[in-house]
Amino acid sequence: MKQEITAKDVKIMAELQRTLPMTKRPFKSIAEKIGLAEKEVIEKTREYGQKQYYRRFGATLRHQKAGFKANGMGIWAVPAEEDRQGVGETLSAYHEVSHAYERPSFEDWPYHIFTMIHGESEDEVRRIAKGMSEQVGITDYDVLFSTREFKKTSMQYFDHWPLEEND
Amino acid sequence: MDETDKRILNIIQTGFPVCERPYEKIGEQTGLTEDEAFDRVKAMFDSKIIRRIGASFDSRGLGWTSTLCAMSVPPEKIEEVAGMVAKYHGVTHNYERNHNYNLWFTYIAPDLDAIDKTLSEIESKSGYKVHNLPMLKKFKIKVDFKFKEKEGAGK
Repeated sequence: MKQEITAKDVKIMAELQRTLPMTKRPFKSIAEKIGLAEKEVIEKTREYGQKQYYRRFGATLRHQKAGFKANGMGIWAVPAEEDRQGVGETLSAYHEVSHAYERPSFEDWPYHIFTMIHGESEDEVRRIAKGMSEQVGITDYDVLFSTREFKKTSMQYFDHWPLEEND
Repeated sequence: MDETDKRILNIIQTGFPVCERPYEKIGEQTGLTEDEAFDRVKAMFDSKIIRRIGASFDSRGLGWTSTLCAMSVPPEKIEEVAGMVAKYHGVTHNYERNHNYNLWFTYIAPDLDAIDKTLSEIESKSGYKVHNLPMLKKFKIKVDFKFKEKEGAGK
């Protein structure tokens, strides 16, 4: 179910989803652009954070430039359902792991836990995964690397937001 | 990138100040003036160390839903199928991986019905099965990478 989001919210959030204007008062720049008061843009921005519309308001870095060159998707088979929580927690404790999720398995896909592992090279990512597998005692695992990227973008929620009529 | 830059990045990755004068606030935390803090952030933005400063909207927080999908497509067909998949607005990431399940994509939509509808459409258009792997449990999500700061670093 969608949250109660007005046309004004959509207008502000569309700006927050771009990159902040590189000015000393970026919220003032946004406010001027969309015809609102600076104070309102700041208040609304804080409100969206409190409502958890966004997870984080901050800088996103180019990982390559910041020293992380390779990433692999570690996939882990944990057939016993009762073990998955513990394995998931142990694997996610690695600082090289950015994301860790449980997902469904299916007939020729025996894996339950997915971890994104970051390192200097694919070999390093494989070494980290091997260390992880030894720690949790899982031998049925693999690390998949992306060999080609066809599309990578941030979701543009606000271009096609389904607004109610009464906004 | 020096120690002060790293401290700035650690602050603004976690939370860029939402206030009238954010660079004044960053300066207070790093022993810089507002101008110095702004110039450093701008330099890192211009040199593309910082890709973007903004909100990372959360599909679930907004009431939307997302999933990861896997397909097994013959290598000679992969570009054609990937091209068709990439046309969907809700497909945010679409890539090939070194596995029998070689085509992967993430899909975001307002609700589960919309996801089912699109995945069935992709199946019928491509002729290959789409395996839907929605998140069952989240153990960790961390999108900022902290830099090690030296003791007493700063200005």
